[in-house]
Amino acid sequence: MTGFLELDSLEKRFGDLPVTRGVSLTAQKGEIVALLGPSGSGKTTILRLTAGFESLDAGRIVVEGEDVTGLAPERRRFGMVFQHYALFPHMTAGENVAFGLESQGAPRDMIAKRVAEMLAATGLSGLEKRKVTQLSGGQQQRVALARALAPSPRVLLLDEPLSNLDPSLREKTRRELKRFIGRIGITTLFVTHEQEEAFALGDRVALLNAGRLEQIGTPEDLYERPATRFVATFIGRSSVLPAYWRKPEARIVGGPAWTAVEGAPVPDGAEADLVVRPEGLAFAGTSAAGALEGTISERRFAGLAAYFGVATAAGEIEVLAPAAAHREGDRVAVVPSAAGPAPRVFPRSA
Amino acid sequence: MRVLRVVLLLLLFWLVGYPLLLTLAAALGVPHPTLAHFAEFASRPAEWQALWASLWISVATVVLSAAVGVPLAFVFERAEFPGRRLLSALVALPVALPPLVGVVAFLFLYGESGFASRAIQSLFRLEQPPWRLSGPGAILLVHAYSMYVYFYLFTRAGLARLDAAFLEAAASLGASKTRTTIRVTLPLLVPALTGAALLTFMTSLSSFSAPYVFGGSFRVMTTQIVASKLNGDDALAMVETVTLAAIGLVGLVLLRRAERARDVAGAVRGVAPRRQLGRARSAATAAGWVLAILLLLPHLTLLIVSLVPRNTWTTEAFPPVLSLSNYAGVFSEPEHLRPIVNSLWMAAAATAAALVLGFAAAYLARRGRSRTSSALEALIAAPWALPGTVFAVALATAFSVDAPWAGRFVLVGTPLILPLAYLVRGLPLTGRSSLAGLAQMDPALEEAAASLGASPARRLGRVVLPLLRPALTAGTSLAFLAAFGDFVVSVVLYTYSTRPISIEILSSLRLQEIGVAAAYGVLLTGISAAAFLAWGERPGTA
Repeated sequence: MTGFLELDSLEKRFGDLPVTRGVSLTAQKGEIVALLGPSGSGKTTILRLTAGFESLDAGRIVVEGEDVTGLAPERRRFGMVFQHYALFPHMTAGENVAFGLESQGAPRDMIAKRVAEMLAATGLSGLEKRKVTQLSGGQQQRVALARALAPSPRVLLLDEPLSNLDPSLREKTRRELKRFIGRIGITTLFVTHEQEEAFALGDRVALLNAGRLEQIGTPEDLYERPATRFVATFIGRSSVLPAYWRKPEARIVGGPAWTAVEGAPVPDGAEADLVVRPEGLAFAGTSAAGALEGTISERRFAGLAAYFGVATAAGEIEVLAPAAAHREGDRVAVVPSAAGPAPRVFPRSA
Repeated sequence: MRVLRVVLLLLLFWLVGYPLLLTLAAALGVPHPTLAHFAEFASRPAEWQALWASLWISVATVVLSAAVGVPLAFVFERAEFPGRRLLSALVALPVALPPLVGVVAFLFLYGESGFASRAIQSLFRLEQPPWRLSGPGAILLVHAYSMYVYFYLFTRAGLARLDAAFLEAAASLGASKTRTTIRVTLPLLVPALTGAALLTFMTSLSSFSAPYVFGGSFRVMTTQIVASKLNGDDALAMVETVTLAAIGLVGLVLLRRAERARDVAGAVRGVAPRRQLGRARSAATAAGWVLAILLLLPHLTLLIVSLVPRNTWTTEAFPPVLSLSNYAGVFSEPEHLRPIVNSLWMAAAATAAALVLGFAAAYLARRGRSRTSSALEALIAAPWALPGTVFAVALATAFSVDAPWAGRFVLVGTPLILPLAYLVRGLPLTGRSSLAGLAQMDPALEEAAASLGASPARRLGRVVLPLLRPALTAGTSLAFLAAFGDFVVSVVLYTYSTRPISIEILSSLRLQEIGVAAAYGVLLTGISAAAFLAWGERPGTA
């Protein structure tokens, strides 16, 4: 598959430690791809490799059919917004935004026009002469964005763009950012460790773990059709029960057998991990067929419904049910809910 | 980039490491390796005495400096009284006085025919001056005067970094102020105090001016080395140099460890409030002012003596005639102006080169994480740890032989050797301040500039250098001051035509021209202070 931006089998080690192992992904023109993963998953390294701040041990990076793998960062024409913005503290907001245009050797009047345009677009008109140290966190973030976009880069790279903002400001800024990038139509790669942020901003989400790409797809793909046990447990809430796989049933160790779907191929008769979502489970009468029995150990109220922690012989599971369904200490029976996502089995992880 | 690193590494090695290795080789008798010179060193009681003197003088200096500097820091950091701000700046003044000038000022003030002794002599109508300013006591007096500043500055910085919550916690647990100081404050200051102690120890170990002027027959290692060199006993001088260098290197290792420990000492969460003193307030005020006057007296003395015309001050307690004739003499005759011109150009040239080399080494060392990085850092730090005398002898050894194939040229006796020596001595000042500045700079700033299409040269010019300006100007002005006022290195390497101000001060003293010596001292101090103010005091603009 060819796309606007192609990362092809990226490999990078720091000393003996591999930080990205053969990661490949493609972004179409104007697409926003989120790099999601826990810390140490290699997401920031992939962004820095793409920007050219780290050199690849193997693999290639191609933009618009041009191989930029060996190109210095200043010649790639990629815009980047840094986690802590990295605004030049000795320059004004306007000078920061003008910096990239000056590097290109653009004529003065054009620079002035473009700077005014970018500041207006990011809602910073009138702050051009302000020292960046005198701006609020949200304003600094917008200057960083305006600065990255002023030289009309081919690709926009964002490193945890919202992590430095107050939680109260984050959601509003996220919406503005999404609208702004969408309007410009620039191909964007951004790093985040927050699933909500990845889902809200990304057209597609690439989930990374220990330097490997676990799955890339739309938020719905990742949630509804997780390709690995890691994806199934990292995205959304879920419980994992030990089981034996006898297609199409998973027999829970010390419990009933539930009909399940193969998330990834599991040999018949093999040990497996059964992953169930809280909304994929329901309470039933204790005598119901195929019920897993247990005791309510925890109840967390969440408006209309509540999350119930249930201690069973096979392990702790979580069930989403009407808030008034049970109280702590109740004996209950749990069955897969016909309405919710089906339980999925994955090969038993080591 | 890699080529540049290697070239710089070789250049710095040639300037710093190579002369030291050649000195070691000479001490070992290469090309006929022998330990005979070391054996001879070990067999002479005088050598052991000098070594022992260096060590005990340094330890005593640390104790005295701490005794003055630490309480002073507590007073200025914790108490509020009129004039505190002005006085706290004055208290740091002794570091600004070039070592030789400080020694000379002490001589004029407390020496046999100084103001203090003359005043007492005439007050009590004594036949003889009441004391002689010489020997270890005199050396310690001057050391304590100039080196308590390290303890003062380190302790103040340590106190300022101390989280006020620690003190509040101690108070809430019922600890008295004394108990809080002993059990909480002082233990938390240990890293700062260790740093100050090692710095004082090393400075005292390399001190040359005071032992040279006051020591007489009492020798420490630095003066012993120069004496051996002047006696033509080169091999012995090499062994002494190697010994002193070894002690200095041990000190450097310990100091770097202490510096690392200091980083852990505390994140500031709140600032301890300045206590308003009740009855103690007037006592603190009075003590502060008396101290300031005591500290300023040497400077004042120097100024007055510089106004005493030749042969006009004999037995009077205070000089009967004051005029500007000494200054007129300096400025009217080109030959008298020469030392000032020499010092200016040599210091300026050396400092400029030290800035370029020091910054380049620091920048390249920060950029990579390879073994060359640590080698570069070690090479720019070494001249700081090693006494000036060591480097003077090492450079004299390396550059008195004509062997271009071995990277050796005859530079001794030419106008090049002193600027080269000043350059080596200035490297750690410019290099370390560059390293510190770079360490504080977010590497993302340079990456941001790169991602905005800026070439390496533009990144350096528009981002790195502007942001490092405060650190670089501080390092540069310190390097200039050190070179401009240098005596230690100059006394070994100068020639008549390149004699710097310090040498001229010394020869004026030998000729009993105390007024002229003082006038040079005032000019040296004045130009140093002007340079310091012009470059050093502009941190707010960046």
